[in-house]
Amino acid sequence: MPAAKGSINGLAARVRDRDPAALSRALTLVTDEAPGHEEVSRALFRARGRSHKIGLCGPPGSGKSSLVSRLVTDFRRSAKTVGVLAVDPTSPFTGGAFLGDRLRFQEHALDDGVFMRSLATRGMMGGLNQNIYPAIHALEAYGFDVILIETVGTGQDEVDIADTVDTVICVMAPYQGDEFQAMKAGMTEIADIFAVNKADVEGADRTVASLRDALSLGPHEGWESPVIAVSAMTGKGIATLAGKIEDHRKCLADTPEGASREKRQLRRELSLLISKRIYRDTLGRITEGHIQQLLAKKSDPQTLGKILISSRKK
Amino acid sequence: MVGRGARRILIAKPGLDGHDRGAKVIVRSLRDAGFEVIYTGIRQTAEMIVRTALQEDVDAVGLSLLSGSHMTLFPKVIELLGKNGLGSILVFGGGIIPDEDILRLKKRGVAEIFGPGTPTDDIVTFLRSRFDKRPPKAAGAGPRVKEGVPKKKGRNARR
Repeated sequence: MPAAKGSINGLAARVRDRDPAALSRALTLVTDEAPGHEEVSRALFRARGRSHKIGLCGPPGSGKSSLVSRLVTDFRRSAKTVGVLAVDPTSPFTGGAFLGDRLRFQEHALDDGVFMRSLATRGMMGGLNQNIYPAIHALEAYGFDVILIETVGTGQDEVDIADTVDTVICVMAPYQGDEFQAMKAGMTEIADIFAVNKADVEGADRTVASLRDALSLGPHEGWESPVIAVSAMTGKGIATLAGKIEDHRKCLADTPEGASREKRQLRRELSLLISKRIYRDTLGRITEGHIQQLLAKKSDPQTLGKILISSRKK
Repeated sequence: MVGRGARRILIAKPGLDGHDRGAKVIVRSLRDAGFEVIYTGIRQTAEMIVRTALQEDVDAVGLSLLSGSHMTLFPKVIELLGKNGLGSILVFGGGIIPDEDILRLKKRGVAEIFGPGTPTDDIVTFLRSRFDKRPPKAAGAGPRVKEGVPKKKGRNARR
């Protein structure tokens, strides 16, 4: 049942008017892909590029959520408004999720300049939700100065965040590995800033030093990702981190890197939408008959796959 | 599996009661039943609960209270939800609540109270049956919230 056009335009207008209830409903529509979500996404896309988008990735237990909360405090001190998307994993068995990032965020519970939405991955790999882009545009349409996205944090393959945000902060806890760990591909390749959290714990200095060592082995051009010791618990290093975030924002604004990232983000947004459609279209036409063919080795996945893909509706 | 349109439930502990084991058990079982569960921890004021419900666009709020102040806190949450255009959110509760109060709470809009020892399956069944009867969320739903939830000084400022 299609939603009335008037109500969609009304919703987008209310989001732009900074109505938090409308923002919340818009987020639901685009993440549920409910009737009317395409029009809402279209209307909200116009606000794209308005906010500075910051992503936080890093292993579970590194303290991302607490760090997010501290950063928000710092942003609020400079009167910046903040929208937060915090992603947690959906159980592949039950479809349910425990969205617990708000637990660390209670300090901001009643601040009108802060809005937080917890998202479940809902089957998407890479630590994010497949509708993260329209969700971001909703926050941009609302007019937040900064958007913070916290990924699930399960590991080194969480590189999707790099093509979703402007500044990637990789949060690590001490002892998480020596310089060889840092040399491995993945998260460490995409970080614009490294934050070694729990700076109050012994060993943090060594982790910072070995990370810096490992990074010094790489090429030196353009932005060099700094390694900063922080403590979400005591607040140490937070102002420095915020300073580096601002430095990076300026670097993107003043160099061609900024435009190049914007294009990568847009390319990824478009690709994701297309592949999602094709994926669903095609997957939905797998029948029991196809599986039986494979079981009996009457056909093979390559052959069947080609047939299914090429017989899609145009 | 993509759980598009999964129902979202906020579990909250209003007031000063710090015993959260029961709430955590509920959170686990609701997650295992396929819901997306937001848990904001202990020491929630009614304002904090309602603001979370709004931002997270939840379908239901479960209040867990063992300290006896349910007759003030539950109705306060319901009243604030109503004032913020969230009156259609299902409110249910659990904890140490005498039978005579259960009736009074239901009259004030609490959909159901689950006493200690209630099998979590009962709660899941109850929620599923209530959700089945509801239409999915629509674009135009919800009246305009003019000022949002009134501000208080923050979670450490007690009444």
